[in-house]
This record gives sequence, C-alpha cells and structure tokens, in this order.
Amino acid sequence: MTSLPKQASDQKLGLVIDLDICVGCHACAVNCKEWNTGGHSAPLTDEDPYGADPLGVWFNRIHTYEAGDGPDGQTVHFPRSCLHCEEPACVTVCPTGASYKRESDGIVLVNADTCIGCKLCSWACPYGAREYDHSDGVMKKCTLCIDRIENQNLPEIDRVPACVSTCPASARHFGDLGDPNSEVSQIVAERGGYDLMPEMDMKPTNKYLPPRARPVSTAPTPENTPIRAAESGGTGSRFLDWVDQTLSR
Amino acid sequence: MHPAYSVIFFTTASGAGYGMLVWLAALAALGDPNPGLVGGLILFALALGLVTAGLLSSTFHLGHPERAWRALSQWRSSWLSREGVAAIITYGPALLFALGWVVFTSVEGIWMIVGLVAAFMALVTVACTGMIYASLKAIPRWTDITVVPVYLAFALSTGGALALATLAVISPLPSLWAWLVTLAIALSWGLKLVYWNRIDNAAPVATAETATGLGHIGPVSLFEAPHTGENYIMREMGFQIARKHAARLRIIALVLGGAVPLLAFATAALSVGPVMVAACIVGVAGVGIGVLLERWLFFAEAQHAAMLYYGAKAV
Repeated sequence: MTSLPKQASDQKLGLVIDLDICVGCHACAVNCKEWNTGGHSAPLTDEDPYGADPLGVWFNRIHTYEAGDGPDGQTVHFPRSCLHCEEPACVTVCPTGASYKRESDGIVLVNADTCIGCKLCSWACPYGAREYDHSDGVMKKCTLCIDRIENQNLPEIDRVPACVSTCPASARHFGDLGDPNSEVSQIVAERGGYDLMPEMDMKPTNKYLPPRARPVSTAPTPENTPIRAAESGGTGSRFLDWVDQTLSR
Repeated sequence: MHPAYSVIFFTTASGAGYGMLVWLAALAALGDPNPGLVGGLILFALALGLVTAGLLSSTFHLGHPERAWRALSQWRSSWLSREGVAAIITYGPALLFALGWVVFTSVEGIWMIVGLVAAFMALVTVACTGMIYASLKAIPRWTDITVVPVYLAFALSTGGALALATLAVISPLPSLWAWLVTLAIALSWGLKLVYWNRIDNAAPVATAETATGLGHIGPVSLFEAPHTGENYIMREMGFQIARKHAARLRIIALVLGGAVPLLAFATAALSVGPVMVAACIVGVAGVGIGVLLERWLFFAEAQHAAMLYYGAKAV
C-alpha cells in the first residue's frame, strides 16, 4: 500500500550527520556498498566497473561543497543518502505498492518483488536518493540497514547501519528521532540539527548538524603572515630561504 | 529531465487517440456524422490504435513489463495508477461507441451516451497523465497550474486534426468543425505560451543553499562531486538543454506546430475537395511535429531539484 500510514509512527529511525566532523573519507559510502551488495536489496549492480564509463548503484554518496567566499569560506564534506521522510513523495507516487513506509519505525523501503521499474519514485524524490538498477530492473535505495539493525546474529554494538559503524570520525549517528529523549534527538536539539530542502514539504527524518562557527578571520597582519624570503631581501639560496621561512613561522 | 522517447511517444500518441474519441463523441452529439462500417473502422482503429500503441510503449520502458498489471492497484495515492485505471475503463464505453458506429451504424440514443461517457473518460485519462507530472514537487516548473490544461488542449487539438483529416477523405464535415479544430490549436499554443512565460519568470523554489542547508555561511558551490563519472540520477535528471537551443526549438514548434496548421485548417474550412484534403493533411503533419517538439521541450527544459547536489544553483 503506497498510501502513507494514517498515523505517523512513534518511532522514527534515522541518521544524524555531523557536517562539522565529516572528513570526506568516503568510508561510509564504501562500507554501505559493501554491506548492501549482499543485503536486503542485493546486489548493488555495477555496470562496466573497470571500463571507460562505469555506472553503479550506491545508496550513499559523498559530495564536497564550498560555502562562503574568501577567508571565511569553508569546505564542507556532505554525505547524502535517503532521508526516510515523514511524507515521502516517492512512496505515494508508486503505482504498485512496491514503495512503502514502514508503520512501525518509518523506514522507507522498496519491495523488489513487486516493483515494475517505472522510475517515477526517483523522479518524485528531490534528494536524488533512489537509484535504478538496470540489471535487476527495479529501484533500489537505502534501507537504513534493516538487515543489521534488527539482526540478532550480530553483537549489539554492531546493530547500527553500516555507514554509522564504519565512520572513523564518529560523524554519523543512528537512533530514534521520534523520541525527544533519545541521544540523537538531544544532539539535534543541542547543535541545531536541520532538514534539507524543507520547502519540498517532505519532512525528512534524517538531520544534518551544521559546521560549528569558525573564529572570524582578520586582515593579514605581520604576525600572521609568513615573511617571504624575497620580501625580506632573499638570500639567493633556496635552502637558506626555506630555513628563513620555516623559522619565521 | 531526460526526454525519453518512449514517454514522449506515449503521451503524444495516446493523447491524440483520446482527443479523437472526444471529437467523435462531439460529432455524435452535435453533428451528424455518417456512421458506417468502413469509415467507422478507420476512425476507431486510428483512435484506439493510437491509445493502445501509446499505452504499450509506456510499458516498454519498465524494468519489469510483465508486472505492469500491478500498477492498477494504488489509485488511492498515485496519479500513475489512476491513469492506468482510467485508461482501462475508457476502453469499455469506447468499444461500445465503436460498436454502435461501425456495426449498428448509429450514433443516437444509447450509442451517443456511451460515446459521451467514452469522451469524458478520455479527458479524465489525459488529465491523469498531466497530473503525474504536475504532482512532482521535485520538478518545480511542472507543478505550474497550466500543465494539466496544456495536456488536455494538445490532446484535443491533435485528436481533432486527425479526426478532421480522416473524415475529409471519408465523408467531409461542415466547415464549422474545421474552425473548431483551428480554435483548439490556437488554444493549445496560447496555453503553451503562457506556460513558457511562467516558467521563464518563475522564482526559484529551491537552491544549492537550501539543498545543503549551508546558506548561512555564504553562497554554496559544488567543490567535488562524489565520483568522476556519472550516475543514474545525473543521467535521468541531469539532462539540460542550452537556453538558446530551447528558444530556437520553441520558435520552430510555434511555426510548424502552430502557425502552419492554423493556416491549413482555416484553408480547409474555406475550401472543398482536394484542396481541403491537402490542407487537412498539411495541418495534421504540422500539429504532429508541433506536439512532439512541445513534449520534448517539456522534459528537456525541466530541472530536477536533485541536481542541486550536483552543481545546479537553483531550480
């Protein structure tokens, strides 16, 4: 049934991604691919993987943006995956019922046995979170690793999505965003976690934590500018210039 | 958006077929067509053939065409599902209408009523097609209020042109009908001009700043894409036509698809015999090229919000 559950679930499982901490190492994307190519939506097909024009299904992609200009500009690494929206257009447009939102915890999933591969859900998602598998002929997407978070065979510490378990900087958190007392809800409240593209009215569950404010830069001063050898009457020797610069730091 | 030929063919062909059904019903209700075996077979084969060919082509681009029947189940929430249901329901009254016209050589009484029901369902189906696009918030320009009227108007003008040209050969109609088709073509391009004007001047709905939520730091630009190659999203949503090409194609569409058929059907209204037939054929060709260009541009000019993550500034 692709109508949304009548009542929003109490539990809203999702991710909180800390843009202040993410170092853009892509480990979460790689571990996501690694786990999910053998998981619920397996395989995540790659076409022409070693050729000139490779194309493949990934649930998690890491962008890097520049925000702001000049000395106050920042480089921000930006992991992007399904946001498991409260009002996901990808679910309601599905003509077959293959795309659905779980009543119990709000996770948005695709039933690969009933998906006809019409791709309309990927058109409906403003976040570009759904990727079509040309080889399987069905749509695939982040499952929030339902095959990990509920997996009784894994030690409890590992029952989190693959991206969360692998992040070396702990920039990714997993939990119940429907519970105001949960750890993730508290981080969101404390750090001003926000929704992506709220104007699309999809009410994403996943939240992003903004980069923390940086000290405001000031105009260059003699104290914070390395003295260039040439400006200080360079010695003519590259080695001595290097010594001069290094010692002037 | 990537202008997929299967979708362009589906929307234009089935639109023309449904439009024809509306005109045939209007003829039955207002005019006095000469229902008969040969003419009826040609007319309904054309109308229902176009509808069926369009519907079949829309299943070709599916990953699992054998599961297409499942698409009829979610009419409560999905416009695509509603379109499928409406399309199938339409066959019922349309085939009965054809039965009356072809076998019983009658378009009166009950046959007229089933014709009108078929026409109504044809319009509902085309409106559902339009709503599939108009309901997608992720492609802000498609949510424009003119999208569904444009789909309806082009279905009527292409269907009208085809019906008129076919009847010009079989049993010519009074000139009133040529004027009505001319009016439908004028209405279609009038609405399309309004759509183009509105999308050209629409304020952005979302920006790279709102997509990333980093606008408070300053202007946001893509520094590094997630990968050096392309992905499904970029191929499907990233198609973008250069503005100057779009402007040229719009003019070509307006001239070939608008001005030429307007003149042709006006000529048809004022002439008889071979001149009228020739004018109708020119008109049909023009409308056909016009609607294909119009539909191609509808996709090619549309920008998807997901591309904000891949370097687009605003949609």
